[in-house]
Amino acid sequence: MNTAAPEGIGESVDLRSLLADSHVNEVLDELDAELVGLKPVKARVREIAALLLVERARKQMGLAGGQPALHMSFTGNPGTGKTTVAMRMAQILHRLGYVRKGHLVAVTRDDLVGQYIGHTAPKTKEVLKKAMGGVLFIDEAYYLYRPENERDYGQEAIEILLQVMENQRDDLVVILAGYADRMQTFFRSNPGLSSRIAHHIEFPDYAADELEEIAQKMLGQMQYRLSPSGLAALREYIPRRMAQPHFANARSIRNALDRARLRQANRLFARKDQALTREELMTIEGEDLRASRVFA
Amino acid sequence: MRITQGTFSFLPDLTDAEIRAQIDYALAQGWAISVEFTDDPHPRNAYWEMWGNPMFDLKDAAGAMQEVAACRKAHAGIYVRVNAFDATRGFETTRLSFIVNRPKSEPGFRLARQEADGRNIRYTIESYAAQAPEGRRYE
Repeated sequence: MNTAAPEGIGESVDLRSLLADSHVNEVLDELDAELVGLKPVKARVREIAALLLVERARKQMGLAGGQPALHMSFTGNPGTGKTTVAMRMAQILHRLGYVRKGHLVAVTRDDLVGQYIGHTAPKTKEVLKKAMGGVLFIDEAYYLYRPENERDYGQEAIEILLQVMENQRDDLVVILAGYADRMQTFFRSNPGLSSRIAHHIEFPDYAADELEEIAQKMLGQMQYRLSPSGLAALREYIPRRMAQPHFANARSIRNALDRARLRQANRLFARKDQALTREELMTIEGEDLRASRVFA
Repeated sequence: MRITQGTFSFLPDLTDAEIRAQIDYALAQGWAISVEFTDDPHPRNAYWEMWGNPMFDLKDAAGAMQEVAACRKAHAGIYVRVNAFDATRGFETTRLSFIVNRPKSEPGFRLARQEADGRNIRYTIESYAAQAPEGRRYE
C-alpha cells in the first residue's frame, strides 16, 4: 500500500476529463463562434481557462497554490465588445468553479459614488455585496477618479474597492473597463489599483471585413438578410463610416442596421396596396443603406 | 436558561458553515436577508434593532455573512439573529429567522404573579437580564 499520498488523492490526474466535466469548452467555442475577431482577447481567455483548470488539477493532487488573482481590466474603443466578453467571462469562471454563482453586476460611477459625505461607503459596499459570488463589471471606471476635484467621493469608492479586491479574492472578480487612453491616466494616478489587476486585456478595433461579418451576424439574429445590392452598399458603407468621427465599431454598425430597417419599413409601407412576400419582408436592399448620410 | 426563539433554537448553536448554508438556501428561494440584534430576550419583543438595511438582490451568502460577522463583533455579548424576508405577494413576511449569537450566560425569566379582582391571579414573565438598563444587560 502506498502511504506517500494522502487518502483519496491519486497518482495522476486527467486534464481531459476535468475539461469535459467543467463544460468550459462549450463556452469557449461559443465565444469563438459568436464573437468576430478579438484574437488577443480570446487567446487570453483561453489562457485563463487553462490556468484555472490546471489549478483545479493541482488541488486534486493536494498541491496548494492559493487562488490566483483574476481581477481584470478591459481597455478598448467604444463598441469593441468589452461588456459582451465580461458577461462570457462570468460564465467561464463559474464553470471552472472560480466564482460560486457566475452572475455579472454591471455598474458605473453613479452606482458606487454617493452624493454627500457618508453616502459613498454604504453604497459601494452594497454593490460589492450584490456582486459577491460573481463578477463586478465597472464600466468607464476612470470616472471614479476626478483629479480636478480633490473632495470628490470617488476616491473613497476606490479605496473600498481596493480593500475588497485584496482581501476577498475568492468572493468576487472585479473587471474595470473603459477607453484605452483614459484608463491609462486612471491607472497612473491609482497605482495601487493597477498593481492589483493581474490581467490587462486590450480590445483591438475591428477591421472592415470583421465589421461586415458582424453586420451579417446581427442581421441573421434579427432575421433579415441583405440583397446583393445591399451587400455591395454595406461594403461601401463600412470604410466610409470608419473614416468619420465618432466611429464606435460594432455599435455604429448596429445603429446603421437599425436605421436601414427603418428605411426598409418605410419603403415597404409606401406601396401598401400590394401584398408583401416573406422574402420582401426579410430583405434589406442597397437603397436602404445608401440613403444614409454617410453617402451624402 | 437557553432562549428558544426562531428556527433551529433547540439545536446546538449553528457553525459559520451552517449559517452560510442556511443563508444560501434563503437566497436560492429569492428571500432577502437582514441582520438584527437585541438585549431584551422577552419572547414578545418582536422588533429587534436593525443592523443596517435588509439586503436585497444578493446572489451569494458572502455579503450577508460579512454583515453577520460585523454585527457579532459589535454586539458580541447579546442576541443577534438572521431573518429571511419573502416579498412574494401573499407572503410578504419573514419566512425564516434564526439566532446566530447569544450571550454567554442567559439568566432566564422570573414568573411574576399579580393579584387581581377577587382571588384571580395574573401571570407574566420578566427577564432577569432586562432589569438592568438597556446596553448594560449582559456585561
